[in-house]
Amino acid sequence: MIAIVDYRAGNLASVARALDHLGHPGTITSAPEVIADADRIVFPGVGAAGEAMRNLEELGLAPALRQAVADGKPFLGICLGYQILFEHSDEDGGVPCLGLLPGRVVRFAELASGTGPRLKVPHMGWNRATFLRPHPVWKDIPDGSDFYFVHSYYPQAAPKVTACTTDYGVTFASGAASGSLVGFQFHPEKSGPPGLRLLRNFCQWLPG
Amino acid sequence: MLTKRIIPCLDVRAGKTTKGVKFQGNVDIGDPVEMASRYYADGADELVFYDITASAEGRGIMLDVVRRVAREIFIPFSVGGGLATLEDMRAVLLAGAEKVSLNSGAVANPDLIRQGAKAFGRQCVVLGMDVLRVGITPETPSGYEIVTHGGRRRTGRDALAWARQAETLGAGEICLNSIDADGTKAGYELTLTRLVSTGVGIPVIASGGAGEPEHLAAVLTDGCADAALIASMTHFGGYTVPGIKQFLAARQIPVRQLRC
Repeated sequence: MIAIVDYRAGNLASVARALDHLGHPGTITSAPEVIADADRIVFPGVGAAGEAMRNLEELGLAPALRQAVADGKPFLGICLGYQILFEHSDEDGGVPCLGLLPGRVVRFAELASGTGPRLKVPHMGWNRATFLRPHPVWKDIPDGSDFYFVHSYYPQAAPKVTACTTDYGVTFASGAASGSLVGFQFHPEKSGPPGLRLLRNFCQWLPG
Repeated sequence: MLTKRIIPCLDVRAGKTTKGVKFQGNVDIGDPVEMASRYYADGADELVFYDITASAEGRGIMLDVVRRVAREIFIPFSVGGGLATLEDMRAVLLAGAEKVSLNSGAVANPDLIRQGAKAFGRQCVVLGMDVLRVGITPETPSGYEIVTHGGRRRTGRDALAWARQAETLGAGEICLNSIDADGTKAGYELTLTRLVSTGVGIPVIASGGAGEPEHLAAVLTDGCADAALIASMTHFGGYTVPGIKQFLAARQIPVRQLRC
């Protein structure tokens, strides 16, 4: 069973619909015991890091998520669910996060250095993810594929976990991988064929 | 590099995609779910659905269309037309839309933008602006005025000031429609688009006037737009989304190409 973690961070239905479409239906849940029973975890979310971390605490979900990662269950963070896997976010005045990935989350600078045009924030639309190494979760996704992003903060990830990078004023880690854990800043459920392929790969992935 | 988005817009009335024809009213041109699937397969970057009935009955039919579209396509889409309350917005988002587009409802009640951004996140809230060129006056220092009801009602609001106010209130994006250019097929209103797009820090979608690919190239470069709305060009104008993207790519304008 695939658990889609509901921590009151936005509409999870689009992830659920994409998994249904792929024939790997998930269960939307806020219950730690359901996460403990799940074979794999999808951790989506949109919104702000401070409220997200408060909700995880209130719902008692943080220990269950840590345990799932410790047990080596395939784990997929998406957008805000990706960002709060890192150690710290600058959002909401600074928030300690789950610390499952090394790095911290910072805001896009609206005025890039030099004479370039003003950078619009949020970073909204389709942008390229350049994968740095092969991995079962992005197997068969053609080089140069674009994915759908919408976010104002991005992770400064440690190089050893950086899976792919994207350019928007800066080059940032748009994806990370460490053991059974993967996470992406973009929305695979809204990224057309390459996004669906990534989700399908995740649903079939058996981390070694 | 962030690509420029090409966004087909479908007007929906009583569950059918429709088109206004001069002196004839509206003519149905297809099933919105089928058209959405075709645009998805063709590589449209996003879709906009506009409920042009916006009656209570029309709203129910529209929600059903939204639910069916959400099961078929895996790109973002927004829904607008007659949204006046937080509950209207919630219903559309729960049915599966990624974003809501507020227009007259936000002019009547600007706080709706703030409420929507707080409840659902800024990225969900698009401000639709219908804009008329009026010349510079003390009331409209930008030379452009916000109008509502399809351009029939003037509001006295300056377009640039309204765009900035909406950004401050929490709009995540602006869909900027020129009433002067709309329906002309003579090109987007470049001056207006540049003025608003460089005057705010959020993405701006240009709307109104597209008749050929050259018009998109102009608005995405000279007009500084982040995205371009199209309708009749691809609904029945003989152009396709892949064809338009090929044209733009040849002009060195970054666009998303389907690779799998």
